[in-house]
Amino acid sequence: MDISKMMKSKTGTFLLPFVATVLLFVLWELAVLIFKIPPFTLPAPSKIVEATVQYNPQLLAAGWRTLVTTLLGFGLAIATGVILGFSIGYSRFAYLTLYPLLVGFNTIPKVALVPLLAVWFGANEIPAILTAFLLAFFPIAVNVALGLDTVEPEMKDVLRSLGASQVEVFQKVGWPHTLPYLFASLKIAASFAFVGSVISESVASNGGMGYLIVQASSSFDVPLAFAALLGLAVLGILLYGFFAVIEKYVIYWAR
Amino acid sequence: MAQPLVASTSTAAPTVDQPPLLEFDHVGLEYPFEGSMRRIIDDVHLSIKPGEFVSFVGPSGCGKTSILRMVSGLSPAPIGEIRCRGDKIKKPLKNVGIAFQNPVLLPWRTTLDNVLLPLEVVQPYKREYKQKKAQFAEMAQDLLTTVRLQDFQKQYPWQLSGGMRQRASLCRSLIHQPEILLLDEPFGALDAFTREEMWGMLQQLWMKVRCVGILITHDLREAVFLSDTVYVMGPRPSNIIRTVKINLPRPRTLEMELSDEFNHLFSEIRSHIHHN
Repeated sequence: MDISKMMKSKTGTFLLPFVATVLLFVLWELAVLIFKIPPFTLPAPSKIVEATVQYNPQLLAAGWRTLVTTLLGFGLAIATGVILGFSIGYSRFAYLTLYPLLVGFNTIPKVALVPLLAVWFGANEIPAILTAFLLAFFPIAVNVALGLDTVEPEMKDVLRSLGASQVEVFQKVGWPHTLPYLFASLKIAASFAFVGSVISESVASNGGMGYLIVQASSSFDVPLAFAALLGLAVLGILLYGFFAVIEKYVIYWAR
Repeated sequence: MAQPLVASTSTAAPTVDQPPLLEFDHVGLEYPFEGSMRRIIDDVHLSIKPGEFVSFVGPSGCGKTSILRMVSGLSPAPIGEIRCRGDKIKKPLKNVGIAFQNPVLLPWRTTLDNVLLPLEVVQPYKREYKQKKAQFAEMAQDLLTTVRLQDFQKQYPWQLSGGMRQRASLCRSLIHQPEILLLDEPFGALDAFTREEMWGMLQQLWMKVRCVGILITHDLREAVFLSDTVYVMGPRPSNIIRTVKINLPRPRTLEMELSDEFNHLFSEIRSHIHHN
């Protein structure tokens, strides 16, 4: 088979990632068989599938909860990030007062905040939502501010010389120019929100994928922990893919 | 009211008795430089009649671009004043068209929608935009046909060449029938052949609208080809050191560039350009 030709073809771009994934799992299965690795160290993919079927209701419930928590935190992060980004991008005052605070706050590892959040809100969904939010809003705010800041001055001049108001300049130039920056940040921020909620669930919570993994590991049910991990990978890919597709439709004009 | 893009005979040529549209009244410009104020423009005093096309040429750094920014009202004159129809320009004028060296088309709009942009902002077109969209699109297509872009209306800027973008940018600067067209080295980034082609197209576009044209350029042939009057600016702090009237008939052609009269005007201007 001609690989170099395949890589350029349309079927190749779909087929090759699929083949690589299947190959990984086959090698994994073989390695476990050949080296006789015990299931509580590294379960074979077949064992993971077994666990997935056996614990299907628990996995679905935990996965659903993690997804909802992530999306709530992410939604908050989008709203806050966009508003902060616009204030920093448009107001010199906000840039000088808010931005340094944000940068400072962003250097704190968010895991360290989870125990505090649990003390304030209890071991439930709220700390997970907040952790997701805290991790995700920063890249959104920074990118939105960057988008506004990089509008070519001549573009604004063209509109201002037509007598356009500030609002019109924003409508016609500022907002559309910022969209690609916003979407680039959304893809990253979605993964961040996901990391945030799972971290929080594994430190202080009463449900969700993070919680399930901690529970499974402490009872040495490693196949279940792996099943949950794979579930997380699938969720993460879906989230990323969702925003990548939306991006393609919204900013069709960017090369 | 949206008028058809046809030159009305009353403004066909600048006549002697018409009152000026723009008056520069002892305009100066200073800029803070290393702790003190440095004078960039010393004293520019002139007037421009309706329908007149003028060029400012001069060494780099003599404040040519600043003159455009002052006329447009984007940065009003700090010393002296510029009047439009007798009113001092203090904030951005509403009815000007601008084109820069960088065509700055909006990348998310097609060529046609880019040209239509001013009509979405400037009155009275803005008010009628929804009802008259089809008519406005025709006006834009008419302009695009003049610059031979009629087959590229649906294309996005990244699909156009540099010269094509600049042509679209010129159409955008004229669609709303501005009273004043401001051009800041619009062809500076184009190759020599494309540039000469653009002169002809700009002349054609401008003859449809017959507004005041103010061109900033480094290219003296361009200035002679397009202008009724060429103002030569001296080195910093600059003054108008020479005013050259160009009385070549319009429409001007590239063949005229070879004529004695053209070359005489060119060398006269050339002899007055000093280097900083």
